Amino acid sequence: MKNAIEIRKLTKDYKDIRAVDNLDLEIHEGELFALLGVNGAGKTTTIKMLCCITQPTSGDALLNGKSIASEADAVKKIIAVSPQETAVAPNLSVEENLKLMCGVHGFDRQRAEKRTDEMIEEFKLDRIRKKKASKLSGGWQRRLSIAMALISEPQILFLDEPTLGLDVIARSELWDTIRELKGKMTIILTTHYMEEAEELSDRIGVMKDGHLLATGTAQELKEMTGEEKFENAFIKLVKEGGAR
Amino acid sequence: MRRMLSFANRTMKEILRDPLTMAFGLGFPVVLLLLLSLIQANIPVEMFELTHLTPGITVFGLSFMTLFSAQLISKDRTSSLLTRLYTTPLKATDFILGYLLPVIPLCIAQAVICYILALILGLQFTVNIIWAILMIFVPSFFYIALGLLCGSALTEKQVGGICGALLTNLSAWLSGIWFDINMLGKAVKTFANALPFIHAVELERAMVRGDIKVALPHLWWVLGYGIVIMAVAVLVFLRQMKKQ
Repeated sequence: MKNAIEIRKLTKDYKDIRAVDNLDLEIHEGELFALLGVNGAGKTTTIKMLCCITQPTSGDALLNGKSIASEADAVKKIIAVSPQETAVAPNLSVEENLKLMCGVHGFDRQRAEKRTDEMIEEFKLDRIRKKKASKLSGGWQRRLSIAMALISEPQILFLDEPTLGLDVIARSELWDTIRELKGKMTIILTTHYMEEAEELSDRIGVMKDGHLLATGTAQELKEMTGEEKFENAFIKLVKEGGAR
Repeated sequence: MRRMLSFANRTMKEILRDPLTMAFGLGFPVVLLLLLSLIQANIPVEMFELTHLTPGITVFGLSFMTLFSAQLISKDRTSSLLTRLYTTPLKATDFILGYLLPVIPLCIAQAVICYILALILGLQFTVNIIWAILMIFVPSFFYIALGLLCGSALTEKQVGGICGALLTNLSAWLSGIWFDINMLGKAVKTFANALPFIHAVELERAMVRGDIKVALPHLWWVLGYGIVIMAVAVLVFLRQMKKQ
């Protein structure tokens, strides 16, 4: 199986804190990989380095063969991010937000119109296409945020806490959206919700104190820890991961 | 280019769709011009003659443009939208130009509106008014650079205090728009002359009179300040971008 992401000894230091410590990880093409961990585990820093927002202190990662350390511009052309908080331009309409993303990716007018219409149809945004983003509910804003990430047809998509703060219905709808994306691109998802990771991901990585404690399917992690419930497996892994 | 223009288009829309922009950016200078002309009609004061007052008001109005652009940039810095945009192929120059360029037409529009109102109120039309409107680009450059600097260095709350209160007051009291700065004594006069505000006003007044000889020394002051502030602003913006 071809790897979409190959992380080699990736490390990030902030003054006297090592946020990510010699991380090695491979994520397969078309896979939905969930990164789990408690606050401060290093998930967001890892994502920031993979998205070229933060420079690694040492180590590197190849995204479809392109180095985050030396080919950031090339990496930025094949990735998309849906950040933790809803990342939309509040005074722009749904349609304008989508066109903004087309523009920043360098699409010409014709391609921008086409992609915008496609995303509006795919994400069922037609009813609200002229509505200002600031007037949308949290669930619709999040849906728009993901549509904005997908408009450039990325090969690798980062979803940082995509359902944080959403009600149960909005979360369920967003899960359906994410399920539909599975297989079409490589997805890296960070979440605090155990059921979300178990439900959506092909494989899960558990992080603590900048280290990767374990990787595997939800079933494999349960078997590894001898727990029936995934949440208990996660707790056991983190607790037995010890204070480093 | 297309990428930068898309971002600039978004900046323009965000500023124009904020009701405060219309109220303060365009409405306030117009109200001031009307009010002071009314005073002039009843108690004639040389200071409030339209040839003297209008250029001053067009410069004073620019301090609001600093406020609006600084507010947008500082607000963006804390938003996830900027995080998202940092992961796209947009480059640092695209961000800087995308913030700066949309404010220029707003500054010019503000000056045009002030002069149209002044013409209605009795200012005699001469071709010098066109030159004064074109020359407003130079003070605009300084005020826009200041917006980039404040937006990059300060928080949204600090921008409100420093640009909203301090800058508008400096621009109002140390520019000689409403009264002769000589009335405040030698020390204040020296201080005011070391700052660009009074030179920006005198530059515009000289342009309205068609007195290029008087305009030139003021032009160098304003341009010099503009270039220095812009250089510092770009450095601070790049530093913040890297930090984020």
